[in-house]
Amino acid sequence: MNWHKILALSLRHLYLIKGSFPRILDLIYWPTIQIFLWGFISKFFTLNSSFYENTVGIILSAAILYDFLFRSSISYNMMFLEEIWSRNFTNLFIAPIRISEIITALTFTAILRTLIGLVPAALLAIPFFGVSIFNIGVPLIFLLITLYIFGVTLGLLVTAGLVRFGPSFENIAWASLFFLAPLGCIYYPIDILPDWLQIIAKLLPLVHIFEEMRNILIYDIINYSQILKAIFISFLYFIFGVAIFYLSYNGAKNRGTLINMGE
Amino acid sequence: MKVEVKNIYKKFNTLMAVNNISFNIEKNKTMGLLGPNGCGKTTSIGMLLGLITPTSGQIFIDGTSLVPKNRIKLLSLMNFASPYIELPKKLTVKQNLEVYARLYGVKEIQLRTDEMIEDLNLQNFVNKKTGELSSGQKNRVALAKSLINKPKLLFLDEPTASLDPDIGDFVREYIEKYKKNHELTILLASHNMREVERLCDEIIMMKQGEIVDRGTCHELIKKHGRENLEDTFLKIARSKNELA
Repeated sequence: MNWHKILALSLRHLYLIKGSFPRILDLIYWPTIQIFLWGFISKFFTLNSSFYENTVGIILSAAILYDFLFRSSISYNMMFLEEIWSRNFTNLFIAPIRISEIITALTFTAILRTLIGLVPAALLAIPFFGVSIFNIGVPLIFLLITLYIFGVTLGLLVTAGLVRFGPSFENIAWASLFFLAPLGCIYYPIDILPDWLQIIAKLLPLVHIFEEMRNILIYDIINYSQILKAIFISFLYFIFGVAIFYLSYNGAKNRGTLINMGE
Repeated sequence: MKVEVKNIYKKFNTLMAVNNISFNIEKNKTMGLLGPNGCGKTTSIGMLLGLITPTSGQIFIDGTSLVPKNRIKLLSLMNFASPYIELPKKLTVKQNLEVYARLYGVKEIQLRTDEMIEDLNLQNFVNKKTGELSSGQKNRVALAKSLINKPKLLFLDEPTASLDPDIGDFVREYIEKYKKNHELTILLASHNMREVERLCDEIIMMKQGEIVDRGTCHELIKKHGRENLEDTFLKIARSKNELA
Protein backbone atom coordinates (compact mmCIF):
# COMPACT_ATOMS: atom_id res chain seq x y z
CA MET A 1 0.00 0.00 0.00
CA ASN A 2 1.53 3.31 -1.12
CA TRP A 3 0.15 6.19 0.98
CA HIS A 4 1.53 8.85 -1.36
CA LYS A 5 -0.64 7.48 -4.17
CA ILE A 6 -3.63 7.23 -1.85
CA LEU A 7 -3.06 10.87 -0.92
CA ALA A 8 -2.76 11.77 -4.61
CA LEU A 9 -6.16 10.30 -5.41
CA SER A 10 -7.69 11.94 -2.35
CA LEU A 11 -6.16 15.26 -3.41
CA ARG A 12 -7.84 14.94 -6.80
CA HIS A 13 -11.22 14.94 -5.02
CA LEU A 14 -10.29 17.54 -2.42
CA TYR A 15 -9.24 19.95 -5.17
CA LEU A 16 -12.59 19.32 -6.78
CA ILE A 17 -14.46 20.21 -3.60
CA LYS A 18 -12.19 23.17 -2.80
CA GLY A 19 -12.56 24.62 -6.27
CA SER A 20 -16.34 24.67 -6.34
CA PHE A 21 -18.54 26.52 -3.86
CA PRO A 22 -21.75 25.01 -5.34
CA ARG A 23 -20.33 21.56 -4.63
CA ILE A 24 -19.73 22.44 -0.96
CA LEU A 25 -23.20 23.97 -0.79
CA ASP A 26 -24.68 20.82 -2.29
CA LEU A 27 -22.89 18.68 0.29
CA ILE A 28 -24.36 20.76 3.14
CA TYR A 29 -27.78 21.49 1.64
CA TRP A 30 -29.36 18.02 1.56
CA PRO A 31 -28.45 16.88 5.08
CA THR A 32 -29.69 20.22 6.42
CA ILE A 33 -33.02 19.89 4.59
CA GLN A 34 -33.31 16.32 5.89
CA ILE A 35 -32.69 17.45 9.47
CA PHE A 36 -35.30 20.21 9.26
CA LEU A 37 -37.87 17.90 7.69
CA TRP A 38 -37.44 15.19 10.29
CA GLY A 39 -37.04 17.77 13.02
CA PHE A 40 -40.56 19.03 12.47
CA ILE A 41 -41.97 15.51 12.07
CA SER A 42 -40.31 14.35 15.28
CA LYS A 43 -41.56 17.42 17.09
CA PHE A 44 -45.08 16.52 16.03
CA PHE A 45 -44.61 12.91 17.22
CA THR A 46 -43.17 14.10 20.49
CA LEU A 47 -46.36 15.99 21.17
CA ASN A 48 -48.73 13.28 19.96
CA SER A 49 -47.21 9.85 20.62
CA SER A 50 -46.89 8.14 23.97
CA PHE A 51 -43.99 5.99 22.69
CA TYR A 52 -41.92 9.04 21.96
CA GLU A 53 -43.33 11.05 24.86
CA ASN A 54 -40.17 11.60 26.81
CA THR A 55 -37.69 10.93 24.14
CA VAL A 56 -37.43 14.07 22.12
CA GLY A 57 -35.39 13.67 18.99
CA ILE A 58 -35.38 9.87 18.52
CA ILE A 59 -36.54 10.28 14.98
CA LEU A 60 -34.22 13.20 14.39
CA SER A 61 -31.27 11.20 15.72
CA ALA A 62 -32.28 8.33 13.44
CA ALA A 63 -32.51 10.77 10.53
CA ILE A 64 -29.02 12.09 11.26
CA LEU A 65 -27.55 8.59 11.51
CA TYR A 66 -29.37 7.44 8.37
CA ASP A 67 -28.13 10.48 6.53
CA PHE A 68 -24.61 9.66 7.66
CA LEU A 69 -25.00 6.23 6.04
CA PHE A 70 -26.58 7.75 2.94
CA ARG A 71 -23.86 10.39 2.56
CA SER A 72 -21.05 7.84 3.08
CA SER A 73 -22.37 5.69 0.30
CA ILE A 74 -23.27 8.50 -2.08
CA SER A 75 -19.91 10.22 -1.50
CA TYR A 76 -18.16 7.02 -2.47
CA ASN A 77 -20.30 6.62 -5.58
CA MET A 78 -19.98 10.26 -6.53
CA MET A 79 -16.20 10.19 -6.52
CA PHE A 80 -16.24 7.22 -8.85
CA LEU A 81 -18.89 8.80 -11.07
CA GLU A 82 -16.77 11.97 -11.25
CA GLU A 83 -14.05 9.89 -12.94
CA ILE A 84 -16.56 8.58 -15.48
CA TRP A 85 -18.19 11.96 -16.11
CA SER A 86 -14.82 13.64 -16.62
CA ARG A 87 -13.68 10.78 -18.89
CA ASN A 88 -10.67 10.31 -16.63
CA PHE A 89 -11.39 6.64 -16.04
CA THR A 90 -8.72 5.30 -18.40
CA ASN A 91 -6.06 7.65 -17.03
CA LEU A 92 -6.80 6.41 -13.54
CA PHE A 93 -6.63 2.73 -14.40
CA ILE A 94 -3.38 3.01 -16.37
CA ALA A 95 -1.68 4.82 -13.49
CA PRO A 96 0.47 2.56 -11.32
CA ILE A 97 -2.05 2.43 -8.52
CA ARG A 98 -3.38 -0.75 -6.97
CA ILE A 99 -7.09 -1.43 -6.75
CA SER A 100 -6.66 -1.64 -2.97
CA GLU A 101 -5.16 1.87 -3.02
CA ILE A 102 -8.08 3.21 -5.07
CA ILE A 103 -10.53 1.67 -2.58
CA THR A 104 -8.58 3.08 0.37
CA ALA A 105 -8.36 6.57 -1.15
CA LEU A 106 -12.08 6.67 -1.91
CA THR A 107 -12.92 5.32 1.54
CA PHE A 108 -10.92 8.00 3.34
CA THR A 109 -12.05 10.82 1.08
CA ALA A 110 -15.69 9.77 1.42
CA ILE A 111 -15.55 10.39 5.18
CA LEU A 112 -14.46 13.96 4.57
CA ARG A 113 -17.26 14.61 2.08
CA THR A 114 -19.72 13.04 4.50
CA LEU A 115 -18.59 15.15 7.45
CA ILE A 116 -18.65 18.37 5.41
CA GLY A 117 -22.33 17.71 4.83
CA LEU A 118 -23.38 16.31 8.14
CA VAL A 119 -21.54 18.21 10.85
CA PRO A 120 -23.27 21.55 10.09
CA ALA A 121 -26.66 19.77 9.95
CA ALA A 122 -26.07 17.96 13.25
CA LEU A 123 -24.99 21.20 14.89
CA LEU A 124 -28.02 23.09 13.54
CA ALA A 125 -30.30 20.50 15.15
CA ILE A 126 -29.12 21.59 18.62
CA PRO A 127 -30.42 25.18 18.67
CA PHE A 128 -33.40 24.56 16.39
CA PHE A 129 -34.83 21.38 17.92
CA GLY A 130 -32.88 20.95 21.16
CA VAL A 131 -31.66 17.61 19.85
CA SER A 132 -28.03 16.63 20.01
CA ILE A 133 -26.86 13.43 18.39
CA PHE A 134 -23.95 13.63 20.80
CA ASN A 135 -26.33 12.63 23.63
CA ILE A 136 -25.79 9.03 22.55
CA GLY A 137 -22.34 9.35 24.09
CA VAL A 138 -19.35 7.10 23.45
CA PRO A 139 -21.40 4.42 21.60
CA LEU A 140 -22.07 7.07 18.93
CA ILE A 141 -18.50 6.59 17.71
CA PHE A 142 -19.08 2.86 17.24
CA LEU A 143 -22.45 3.39 15.60
CA LEU A 144 -20.93 5.88 13.17
CA ILE A 145 -18.03 3.55 12.37
CA THR A 146 -20.46 0.72 11.67
CA LEU A 147 -22.65 2.91 9.49
CA TYR A 148 -19.60 4.17 7.67
CA ILE A 149 -18.31 0.66 6.92
CA PHE A 150 -21.73 -0.34 5.64
CA GLY A 151 -22.13 2.88 3.65
CA VAL A 152 -18.76 2.35 1.99
CA THR A 153 -19.73 -1.27 1.30
CA LEU A 154 -22.86 -0.15 -0.51
CA GLY A 155 -20.71 2.36 -2.39
CA LEU A 156 -18.29 -0.41 -3.31
CA LEU A 157 -21.09 -2.61 -4.64
CA VAL A 158 -22.47 0.22 -6.75
CA THR A 159 -19.04 1.17 -8.10
CA ALA A 160 -18.44 -2.50 -8.89
CA GLY A 161 -21.61 -2.27 -10.99
CA LEU A 162 -20.33 0.92 -12.65
CA VAL A 163 -17.03 -0.77 -13.52
CA ARG A 164 -18.80 -3.84 -14.84
CA PHE A 165 -21.76 -2.28 -16.67
CA GLY A 166 -20.58 1.29 -17.27
CA PRO A 167 -22.42 4.59 -16.74
CA SER A 168 -25.80 2.95 -17.37
CA PHE A 169 -25.54 1.59 -13.84
CA GLU A 170 -25.66 5.16 -12.51
CA ASN A 171 -29.36 5.09 -11.64
CA ILE A 172 -28.82 2.09 -9.40
CA ALA A 173 -26.30 4.21 -7.49
CA TRP A 174 -29.06 6.62 -6.49
CA ALA A 175 -31.65 3.96 -5.80
CA SER A 176 -29.51 1.55 -3.77
CA LEU A 177 -29.99 3.11 -0.36
CA PHE A 178 -33.69 3.74 -0.66
CA PHE A 179 -34.09 0.05 -1.42
CA LEU A 180 -32.60 -0.94 1.95
CA ALA A 181 -34.22 1.78 4.05
CA PRO A 182 -37.53 -0.02 4.77
CA LEU A 183 -35.66 -3.10 6.01
CA GLY A 184 -33.21 -1.10 8.07
CA CYS A 185 -35.86 -0.21 10.72
CA ILE A 186 -34.49 3.28 10.86
CA TYR A 187 -37.53 5.10 12.18
CA TYR A 188 -39.46 2.23 13.77
CA PRO A 189 -38.66 -0.84 15.89
CA ILE A 190 -38.10 -4.16 14.17
CA ASP A 191 -41.33 -5.56 15.70
CA ILE A 192 -43.28 -3.55 13.13
CA LEU A 193 -42.06 -5.83 10.37
CA PRO A 194 -43.75 -9.17 9.64
CA ASP A 195 -41.89 -12.14 11.19
CA TRP A 196 -40.40 -13.36 7.93
CA LEU A 197 -39.09 -9.89 7.07
CA GLN A 198 -37.56 -9.57 10.55
CA ILE A 199 -35.34 -12.56 9.75
CA ILE A 200 -34.06 -10.83 6.59
CA ALA A 201 -33.75 -7.46 8.34
CA LYS A 202 -31.54 -8.95 11.05
CA LEU A 203 -29.03 -9.89 8.38
CA LEU A 204 -28.44 -6.18 7.85
CA PRO A 205 -26.31 -4.20 10.31
CA LEU A 206 -28.78 -1.31 10.10
CA VAL A 207 -31.37 -2.99 12.31
CA HIS A 208 -28.84 -3.57 15.08
CA ILE A 209 -27.53 -0.02 14.83
CA PHE A 210 -30.91 1.71 14.98
CA GLU A 211 -32.30 -0.66 17.63
CA GLU A 212 -29.27 0.14 19.75
CA MET A 213 -29.69 3.86 19.18
CA ARG A 214 -33.30 3.62 20.45
CA ASN A 215 -32.21 1.51 23.45
CA ILE A 216 -29.71 4.16 24.42
CA LEU A 217 -32.00 7.14 23.91
CA ILE A 218 -35.21 5.62 25.33
CA TYR A 219 -34.04 3.20 28.02
CA ASP A 220 -30.53 4.53 28.61
CA ILE A 221 -29.17 0.99 28.15
CA ILE A 222 -25.94 0.39 26.27
CA ASN A 223 -25.64 -3.10 24.84
CA TYR A 224 -22.13 -3.44 23.50
CA SER A 225 -22.69 -6.96 22.23
CA GLN A 226 -25.38 -5.56 19.90
CA ILE A 227 -22.93 -2.90 18.69
CA LEU A 228 -20.20 -5.49 18.17
CA LYS A 229 -22.63 -7.65 16.23
CA ALA A 230 -23.43 -4.67 13.97
CA ILE A 231 -19.71 -3.96 13.40
CA PHE A 232 -19.06 -7.62 12.64
CA ILE A 233 -21.94 -7.86 10.13
CA SER A 234 -20.86 -4.61 8.46
CA PHE A 235 -17.31 -5.86 8.18
CA LEU A 236 -18.48 -9.12 6.57
CA TYR A 237 -20.42 -7.11 4.01
CA PHE A 238 -17.36 -4.94 3.44
CA ILE A 239 -15.21 -7.99 2.63
CA PHE A 240 -17.97 -9.19 0.31
CA GLY A 241 -18.04 -5.72 -1.34
CA VAL A 242 -14.27 -5.74 -1.90
CA ALA A 243 -14.44 -9.22 -3.44
CA ILE A 244 -17.26 -8.15 -5.77
CA PHE A 245 -15.29 -5.05 -6.78
CA TYR A 246 -12.25 -7.16 -7.72
CA LEU A 247 -14.48 -9.57 -9.67
CA SER A 248 -16.07 -6.65 -11.55
CA TYR A 249 -12.68 -5.13 -12.29
CA ASN A 250 -11.42 -8.40 -13.77
CA GLY A 251 -14.70 -8.81 -15.67
CA ALA A 252 -14.32 -5.29 -17.08
CA LYS A 253 -10.78 -6.10 -18.20
CA ASN A 254 -12.10 -9.13 -20.04
CA ARG A 255 -14.93 -7.17 -21.64
CA GLY A 256 -12.66 -4.23 -22.50
CA THR A 257 -14.90 -1.66 -20.82
CA LEU A 258 -12.14 0.11 -18.89
CA ILE A 259 -10.86 1.82 -22.01
CA ASN A 260 -12.64 4.96 -23.20
CA MET A 261 -15.33 4.73 -20.51
CA GLY A 262 -17.16 8.00 -20.22
CA GLU A 263 -20.54 9.60 -20.49
CA MET B 1 12.14 -0.49 -23.38
CA LYS B 2 11.67 -3.36 -25.75
CA VAL B 3 8.13 -4.53 -26.38
CA GLU B 4 7.38 -8.09 -27.46
CA VAL B 5 3.86 -9.09 -28.40
CA LYS B 6 3.45 -12.81 -28.99
CA ASN B 7 0.40 -14.41 -30.59
CA ILE B 8 -2.19 -12.16 -29.01
CA TYR B 9 -5.87 -12.89 -29.50
CA LYS B 10 -8.81 -10.98 -28.13
CA LYS B 11 -12.34 -12.18 -28.60
CA PHE B 12 -15.37 -10.22 -27.37
CA ASN B 13 -18.26 -12.67 -27.42
CA THR B 14 -18.37 -13.67 -31.09
CA LEU B 15 -16.20 -10.83 -32.37
CA MET B 16 -12.52 -11.57 -32.91
CA ALA B 17 -11.17 -8.06 -32.25
CA VAL B 18 -7.51 -9.04 -32.42
CA ASN B 19 -6.50 -12.19 -34.22
CA ASN B 20 -3.08 -13.62 -33.51
CA ILE B 21 -0.87 -10.58 -33.73
CA SER B 22 2.85 -10.67 -32.97
CA PHE B 23 5.37 -7.87 -33.22
CA ASN B 24 8.36 -6.36 -31.49
CA ILE B 25 9.23 -2.75 -30.87
CA GLU B 26 12.91 -2.27 -30.34
CA LYS B 27 14.16 -0.03 -27.56
CA ASN B 28 13.97 3.71 -28.36
CA LYS B 29 12.15 3.13 -31.63
CA THR B 30 8.80 4.55 -32.68
CA MET B 31 6.33 2.07 -34.09
CA GLY B 32 3.30 3.26 -36.01
CA LEU B 33 0.09 1.33 -35.66
CA LEU B 34 -2.11 1.98 -38.66
CA GLY B 35 -5.38 0.64 -39.88
CA PRO B 36 -8.97 1.59 -40.61
CA ASN B 37 -11.44 2.28 -37.80
CA GLY B 38 -12.40 -0.88 -35.93
CA CYS B 39 -9.33 -2.81 -37.04
CA GLY B 40 -8.21 -3.57 -33.47
CA LYS B 41 -5.76 -0.73 -32.78
CA THR B 42 -7.45 0.50 -29.60
CA THR B 43 -7.94 -3.05 -28.33
CA SER B 44 -4.26 -3.76 -28.96
CA ILE B 45 -3.19 -0.60 -27.10
CA GLY B 46 -5.64 -1.51 -24.29
CA MET B 47 -3.97 -4.90 -23.92
CA LEU B 48 -0.50 -3.33 -23.92
CA LEU B 49 -1.65 -0.95 -21.17
CA GLY B 50 -3.01 -3.81 -19.09
CA LEU B 51 -6.57 -2.46 -19.42
CA ILE B 52 -7.83 -5.40 -21.45
CA THR B 53 -7.00 -9.02 -20.72
CA PRO B 54 -5.99 -10.88 -23.87
CA THR B 55 -7.94 -14.07 -24.61
CA SER B 56 -4.55 -15.70 -25.19
CA GLY B 57 -0.99 -14.74 -25.97
CA GLN B 58 1.74 -12.93 -24.12
CA ILE B 59 3.16 -9.43 -23.85
CA PHE B 60 6.67 -8.78 -22.57
CA ILE B 61 8.03 -5.37 -21.74
CA ASP B 62 11.79 -5.39 -21.36
CA GLY B 63 11.52 -9.13 -20.81
CA THR B 64 8.93 -8.81 -18.02
CA SER B 65 5.59 -10.40 -18.69
CA LEU B 66 2.63 -8.03 -18.50
CA VAL B 67 0.63 -10.02 -15.97
CA PRO B 68 -1.26 -8.66 -12.92
CA LYS B 69 1.63 -9.23 -10.49
CA ASN B 70 3.97 -7.06 -12.64
CA ARG B 71 1.28 -4.47 -13.46
CA ILE B 72 2.34 -1.72 -11.05
CA LYS B 73 6.04 -2.04 -11.83
CA LEU B 74 5.47 -1.84 -15.59
CA LEU B 75 2.79 0.86 -15.49
CA SER B 76 5.10 3.17 -13.59
CA LEU B 77 7.41 3.07 -16.63
CA MET B 78 4.69 3.69 -19.22
CA ASN B 79 2.16 6.35 -20.03
CA PHE B 80 -0.58 7.11 -22.51
CA ALA B 81 -2.14 10.10 -24.22
CA SER B 82 -5.27 10.15 -26.30
CA PRO B 83 -7.75 12.87 -27.27
CA TYR B 84 -10.53 10.41 -26.40
CA ILE B 85 -9.75 10.42 -22.70
CA GLU B 86 -9.53 13.54 -20.58
CA LEU B 87 -8.17 14.84 -17.33
CA PRO B 88 -10.56 15.94 -14.56
CA LYS B 89 -12.23 19.03 -16.03
CA LYS B 90 -12.77 20.89 -12.75
CA LEU B 91 -9.15 20.71 -11.67
CA THR B 92 -6.66 23.29 -12.86
CA VAL B 93 -3.85 22.26 -15.18
CA LYS B 94 -1.37 22.51 -12.32
CA GLN B 95 -3.54 20.46 -9.96
CA ASN B 96 -3.96 17.75 -12.58
CA LEU B 97 -0.23 17.55 -13.21
CA GLU B 98 0.44 17.43 -9.48
CA VAL B 99 -2.10 14.65 -8.90
CA TYR B 100 -0.68 12.55 -11.73
CA ALA B 101 2.91 13.23 -10.67
CA ARG B 102 1.97 11.83 -7.25
CA LEU B 103 0.11 8.86 -8.73
CA TYR B 104 3.18 7.99 -10.77
CA GLY B 105 5.45 8.35 -7.77
CA VAL B 106 7.45 11.26 -9.23
CA LYS B 107 10.11 12.27 -6.70
CA GLU B 108 10.48 16.02 -7.24
CA ILE B 109 6.91 16.91 -8.09
CA GLN B 110 7.27 20.69 -8.23
CA LEU B 111 10.39 20.54 -10.35
CA ARG B 112 8.91 18.06 -12.81
CA THR B 113 5.56 19.84 -13.18
CA ASP B 114 7.38 23.17 -13.71
CA GLU B 115 9.56 21.51 -16.34
CA MET B 116 6.53 20.18 -18.23
CA ILE B 117 4.73 23.52 -17.93
CA GLU B 118 7.67 25.33 -19.44
CA ASP B 119 8.50 22.74 -22.11
CA LEU B 120 4.96 22.60 -23.44
CA ASN B 121 4.22 26.32 -23.02
CA LEU B 122 1.43 25.83 -20.51
CA GLN B 123 2.33 28.92 -18.45
CA ASN B 124 -0.55 31.09 -19.66
CA PHE B 125 -3.28 28.71 -18.56
CA VAL B 126 -1.66 26.71 -15.79
CA ASN B 127 -4.19 27.95 -13.23
CA LYS B 128 -7.18 27.57 -15.52
CA LYS B 129 -9.57 24.64 -15.13
CA THR B 130 -8.78 21.92 -17.64
CA GLY B 131 -12.38 21.81 -18.86
CA GLU B 132 -12.14 25.47 -19.93
CA LEU B 133 -9.20 24.92 -22.28
CA SER B 134 -9.25 24.79 -26.08
CA SER B 135 -8.56 21.47 -27.87
CA GLY B 136 -5.00 22.49 -28.58
CA GLN B 137 -4.36 23.46 -24.96
CA LYS B 138 -5.99 20.26 -23.65
CA ASN B 139 -3.88 18.26 -26.03
CA ARG B 140 -0.67 19.78 -24.73
CA VAL B 141 -1.78 19.21 -21.13
CA ALA B 142 -2.53 15.57 -21.97
CA LEU B 143 0.95 15.27 -23.46
CA ALA B 144 2.46 16.85 -20.33
CA LYS B 145 0.58 14.34 -18.17
CA SER B 146 1.79 11.48 -20.37
CA LEU B 147 5.40 12.55 -19.90
CA ILE B 148 5.19 13.54 -16.23
CA ASN B 149 6.77 10.28 -15.06
CA LYS B 150 9.50 10.33 -17.74
CA PRO B 151 8.10 7.13 -19.23
CA LYS B 152 10.31 4.67 -21.04
CA LEU B 153 7.35 3.50 -23.10
CA LEU B 154 4.72 5.87 -24.41
CA PHE B 155 1.47 5.06 -26.16
CA LEU B 156 0.04 7.84 -28.29
CA ASP B 157 -3.40 7.45 -29.77
CA GLU B 158 -3.94 10.06 -32.48
CA PRO B 159 -1.94 12.71 -30.60
CA THR B 160 -2.75 15.49 -33.07
CA ALA B 161 -6.34 14.62 -33.95
CA SER B 162 -8.53 17.74 -34.22
CA LEU B 163 -5.59 20.12 -33.84
CA ASP B 164 -4.91 22.99 -36.20
CA PRO B 165 -1.77 22.55 -38.36
CA ASP B 166 0.28 24.93 -36.22
CA ILE B 167 -0.37 23.18 -32.91
CA GLY B 168 -0.19 19.78 -34.60
CA ASP B 169 3.27 20.69 -35.84
CA PHE B 170 4.28 21.96 -32.39
CA VAL B 171 3.25 18.63 -30.82
CA ARG B 172 5.07 16.55 -33.45
CA GLU B 173 8.17 18.67 -33.12
CA TYR B 174 8.04 18.39 -29.35
CA ILE B 175 7.76 14.60 -29.48
CA GLU B 176 10.73 14.44 -31.86
CA LYS B 177 12.79 16.74 -29.65
CA TYR B 178 11.84 14.91 -26.46
CA LYS B 179 12.73 11.56 -27.98
CA LYS B 180 16.18 12.79 -28.98
CA ASN B 181 16.98 13.70 -25.39
CA HIS B 182 15.31 10.82 -23.56
CA GLU B 183 15.24 7.07 -23.61
CA LEU B 184 11.79 6.44 -25.00
CA THR B 185 10.00 3.80 -27.04
CA ILE B 186 6.75 4.93 -28.66
CA LEU B 187 3.74 3.13 -30.09
CA LEU B 188 1.81 5.64 -32.16
CA ALA B 189 -1.67 5.02 -33.51
CA SER B 190 -2.61 7.66 -36.03
CA HIS B 191 -4.64 8.37 -39.12
CA ASN B 192 -2.34 11.21 -40.08
CA MET B 193 0.03 9.60 -42.58
CA ARG B 194 2.39 12.56 -42.74
CA GLU B 195 2.73 12.39 -38.98
CA VAL B 196 3.48 8.68 -39.16
CA GLU B 197 6.06 9.22 -41.91
CA ARG B 198 7.72 11.92 -39.82
CA LEU B 199 7.76 10.16 -36.46
CA CYS B 200 7.84 6.39 -37.01
CA ASP B 201 10.81 4.13 -37.57
CA GLU B 202 8.58 1.22 -38.50
CA ILE B 203 4.91 0.62 -39.23
CA ILE B 204 2.41 -2.13 -38.60
CA MET B 205 -0.73 -2.16 -40.74
CA MET B 206 -3.77 -3.77 -39.18
CA LYS B 207 -7.03 -4.81 -40.77
CA GLN B 208 -9.91 -6.75 -39.26
CA GLY B 209 -7.89 -7.64 -36.17
CA GLU B 210 -4.87 -8.92 -38.04
CA ILE B 211 -1.50 -7.51 -39.04
CA VAL B 212 -1.58 -7.34 -42.81
CA ASP B 213 1.73 -5.67 -43.46
CA ARG B 214 4.76 -4.21 -41.73
CA GLY B 215 8.02 -2.44 -42.49
CA THR B 216 9.53 1.01 -42.68
CA CYS B 217 7.57 3.75 -44.47
CA HIS B 218 9.94 3.59 -47.39
CA GLU B 219 9.69 -0.21 -47.61
CA LEU B 220 5.89 -0.22 -47.54
CA ILE B 221 5.57 2.56 -50.12
CA LYS B 222 8.00 0.77 -52.41
CA LYS B 223 6.44 -2.66 -51.87
CA HIS B 224 2.98 -1.43 -52.80
CA GLY B 225 4.19 0.71 -55.68
CA ARG B 226 2.72 3.95 -54.35
CA GLU B 227 4.10 7.45 -54.02
CA ASN B 228 3.31 8.12 -50.40
CA LEU B 229 2.08 6.45 -47.24
CA GLU B 230 -1.47 7.75 -47.60
CA ASP B 231 -1.89 5.98 -50.95
CA THR B 232 -0.23 2.89 -49.53
CA PHE B 233 -2.66 2.93 -46.58
CA LEU B 234 -5.62 3.25 -48.94
CA LYS B 235 -4.40 0.38 -51.09
CA ILE B 236 -3.99 -1.92 -48.09
CA ALA B 237 -7.22 -0.84 -46.42
CA ARG B 238 -9.25 -1.40 -49.61
CA SER B 239 -7.62 -4.63 -50.68
CA LYS B 240 -8.54 -8.15 -49.56
CA ASN B 241 -6.57 -9.39 -46.55
CA GLU B 242 -2.99 -10.13 -47.33
CA LEU B 243 -1.02 -11.40 -44.39
CA ALA B 244 2.51 -10.18 -43.87
